Amino acid sequence: MRKDRFTFVVTILVLIFFYLPIVVLVVNSFNASRFGSVWGGFSLKWYEKLFSDENIWDSIKNTLIVAGVSTSVSMVLGTLSGYALFKFKSGIQKVHNTLITLPLIIPDILMGMSLLLFFIALKIELSLFTVILGHITFCVSYVAVTVLARLQDFDFSVVEAAQDLGASPSLILRKIYIPLLSPGLISGGMLALTLSLDDFIITFFTAGPGSSTLPLQIYSMIKFGTPPVINALSTIFLLITFLIALIYQRINTKQ
Amino acid sequence: MKFKNANEIKISISSLIWLTLFFVIPTIIVVLISFRNSDPSGGIGVGWSIDGFADVFNPSFGMILWRTVRLSLITTVICLSLAMPVSIYMAKAEEKIQNWLLLLIAIPFWTNFLIRVYAWKIVLHPEGLVKRLFLTLGLVSENASLLYNEGAVLLVLVYTYLPFAILPLYTAIEKFDFRLIEAARDLGSGQIRSFIKVFLPGISQGIISAIMVVFIPALGSYVIPDMVGGPDGEMLGNKIAQRVFVDRNLPKGSGLSTLLILAVILPGLIRVVYKKIKPISATPLNRKINSYLTKSKSKS
Repeated sequence: MRKDRFTFVVTILVLIFFYLPIVVLVVNSFNASRFGSVWGGFSLKWYEKLFSDENIWDSIKNTLIVAGVSTSVSMVLGTLSGYALFKFKSGIQKVHNTLITLPLIIPDILMGMSLLLFFIALKIELSLFTVILGHITFCVSYVAVTVLARLQDFDFSVVEAAQDLGASPSLILRKIYIPLLSPGLISGGMLALTLSLDDFIITFFTAGPGSSTLPLQIYSMIKFGTPPVINALSTIFLLITFLIALIYQRINTKQ
Repeated sequence: MKFKNANEIKISISSLIWLTLFFVIPTIIVVLISFRNSDPSGGIGVGWSIDGFADVFNPSFGMILWRTVRLSLITTVICLSLAMPVSIYMAKAEEKIQNWLLLLIAIPFWTNFLIRVYAWKIVLHPEGLVKRLFLTLGLVSENASLLYNEGAVLLVLVYTYLPFAILPLYTAIEKFDFRLIEAARDLGSGQIRSFIKVFLPGISQGIISAIMVVFIPALGSYVIPDMVGGPDGEMLGNKIAQRVFVDRNLPKGSGLSTLLILAVILPGLIRVVYKKIKPISATPLNRKINSYLTKSKSKS
């Protein structure tokens, strides 16, 4: 049993390693003192400062537009793509599969760089629109592999049984396909949404003036701004992510 | 390549066109532009040259390249050696504990990536927690900086990529039949020998995916060395961004990106050739990537 104790200890240490910086950050956001190591009393002043910053509100608006549009478009493209990869086994699907898998592996900076040069070469002005194009491109792959995974686990004998029992195609769609495949669609969409909300590098390369998103705003605040305000912003971000994670977990464990 | 039927065209055409337009063509453009002359005003010049690759032969750049490869390799090794015991523990635990651990590992990585890197900046800050702790323990001197060096970059790289190593390893180990190890032990094989000869080959697919999802993104790191690395921790990604945004020399930025493209596809090519051009079956790879994507989110 010595080996089991070793793996247990490493697991605990890794979890501490994962949560240490996050705890430090949250604690600091309520610290009245500017510097992390001295506790200057409990304070909400950094939160007040945060909510009165107009740049942040603008970037939140941009972030939501980008995430909303790119999630919807990539869900359509990704679902079609995942279905095609599942249904057909031709040579073209091998190419298709490679095209879907590569964006998952290549470093973000390459995708950002190539899209930037593509837009420059075509003389397309950088704007919120170019950011959205970039986000759709990486989100499609994530939706496609998620949908593909659900389809591979899907029991098609249920459909055959329904057909044998005389169900119409529209009834099969409503009673079988949609309820059984929608968790896959939803988790693919949630993945696309969180990735889009989180993306910094590809946005950094493809954003034009006035199309700053929240991650870009956070980056410039970290580089040039007031650190305690970022602590406050991060804590709010953490709260939202914990909530999304819990919802995601519930969807995933339900079925 | 012929489409078998019209249905297939209808279903796959949209994503094929999208990916060709916004992924394949842009990648080709990067390679092409790296052979163009630069334009002093920041655009793409006329005519062709190999100036775009001038950086590659610059000794100071050689150091950055070597640091990029070295840090990515060390990150991969550390991530795999930490992920192995964690994944073994998880795979052997009860299902309820497994689910909790998966959630606990995934949650920090649902947080904004920049915020995670920034959190380390606070922790390693000259007036931060760790520095004070180390000072009282007498581990560092008053002037030593924990930030802005290679060590800080390595630490945050490991922090960022460790979950990506854990998830594919855990998926592979969960499917591994531990009775095989018992059998090997019964047949007289030692603990280490059965680990190397039975366990590791049994989970080789998981190990390969783990290496891929840590090493390749690490090669392209930009934000981490930018925020905690300082001049002594610069990596290839910083150089690319510097060429594009500071020097506004697109061909040079493209030259470095082409280098990165080569570094990324080279392991894949070697694998294909090694397998005697036997195509890597599409579905197992997909399933691997999936199984950890659906359990956690990825990308950073």
